[in-house]
Amino acid sequence: MQIAVLALQGDFAEHEKIFHSLNIPTCQLRQKSDLTKDFDALILPGGESTVQGKLLRDLDMFDALRSRIMNGLPVMATCAGTILLARQILDDTTVHLGTLGISVRRNAYGRQLSSFHTKGTFAGIKDIPMSFIRAPQIEFCLPGTEVLAEHEGRITAVRQGNQLAMTFHPELGVDCRIAEYFLKEML
Amino acid sequence: MKNEQYELNCDLARMLKGGVIMDVTTPEQAKIAEDAGACAVMALERIPADIRAAGGVSRMSDPGMIKGIQEAVSIPVMAKCRIGHIAEAKILEAIEIDYIDESEVLSPADDIYHVDKRAFKVPFVCGARDLGEALRRINEGAAMIRTKGEPGTGDVVQAVRHMRKMNQEIRRVANMAEDELYEAAKQLQVPFDLLMYVHKNAKLPVVNFAAGGVATPADAALMMLLGAEGVFVGSGIFKSGDPAKRAAAIVKAVTNYQDYKMLAELSCGLGEAMVGINPAEIKIIMEERGI
Repeated sequence: MQIAVLALQGDFAEHEKIFHSLNIPTCQLRQKSDLTKDFDALILPGGESTVQGKLLRDLDMFDALRSRIMNGLPVMATCAGTILLARQILDDTTVHLGTLGISVRRNAYGRQLSSFHTKGTFAGIKDIPMSFIRAPQIEFCLPGTEVLAEHEGRITAVRQGNQLAMTFHPELGVDCRIAEYFLKEML
Repeated sequence: MKNEQYELNCDLARMLKGGVIMDVTTPEQAKIAEDAGACAVMALERIPADIRAAGGVSRMSDPGMIKGIQEAVSIPVMAKCRIGHIAEAKILEAIEIDYIDESEVLSPADDIYHVDKRAFKVPFVCGARDLGEALRRINEGAAMIRTKGEPGTGDVVQAVRHMRKMNQEIRRVANMAEDELYEAAKQLQVPFDLLMYVHKNAKLPVVNFAAGGVATPADAALMMLLGAEGVFVGSGIFKSGDPAKRAAAIVKAVTNYQDYKMLAELSCGLGEAMVGINPAEIKIIMEERGI
């Protein structure tokens, strides 16, 4: 088994570190030819969604990656990655991959001074460390989307079939339980 | 030091990795930078090349102008305060800037003390020429480090020198016996616990970007090859012939810095690069500020 991490920009190395601590090999996707690598799941990391979305298109990776996800490739997205998956970005006409039935608002909590850290429950797993960094918010979910985590009434993690998305960063610490959930439940 | 806000501030720098942070002076330039794929912008009244040309005292930019840039883009906005200028830093924090660059590009306000960055909620990035400077700034509360380079010159030689030196020193510390670290901490003039972190992890405790004199996609790729985790581009973009095209090419070059065929394509037809000046020909050496 191998996990691919979209490595265009952002904290892809942190995601790789989590999977390496579980003894799962990873590979980086930086350009179109990398999509021919043999991988079983995809991670869309944190970073800036504007940068990642632009590079996906400019490097001609967009259509191939989108159709892989549509055809069932398990994908886990954090923060900017969730914006890439969302079917709608509020107050913005841009849609990136658009494969996940959610509407998101970018920078919904404000600028860096409003970033925060908390612990919460994710899919029944308690005390998961959650860092929200200039985080987006999931404002609406289409039917067929399961809510896996909330913080103060705001949706922070959802699953729809093969797609798992969250607005916080489980990859920043040493807690591997969300990655384990992804491997166990979705692969 | 290990407080929650500091961790969040270090984490924001992690989100910038593999990206390009561009100097902009107007909301229009900020928009061009964002559209070209900048992961953040540095808002300032004059880019380093013009600061150099103008001479005199260079200060924090007009907060109104910075706010205009904050409103124009959705990516993080950084701004510079003078070294040791606590009040400028507090003003930037008050307008909710995402990152403060306590920068040697501006005229230092204090020739001995840096800002106590631990006393702030907002994150700071600081320049460093070597491991000692980097760990001293981190000890003061910096959540991100960049090479100083020699700003506004379009000459990458100083950034290369600083990145090389930093990484040589990190390798040296990583290979030391533990009982040699006390003496190394004394020589480098840094706290022992930070040096122990470098020894154990063979890296800085925070993200390390390249800055100073990056003017071409090849320059950006060079800095990534030397171990930078991302790149600041100051005067290099908006002092060139075709800023939007050059900016987009530098963004792609940072992501695919080891694909030389792609770098060759990216380097084609970019128009005129910034003219550049050799650090040996200039009077003001900014890298010597704040050590």
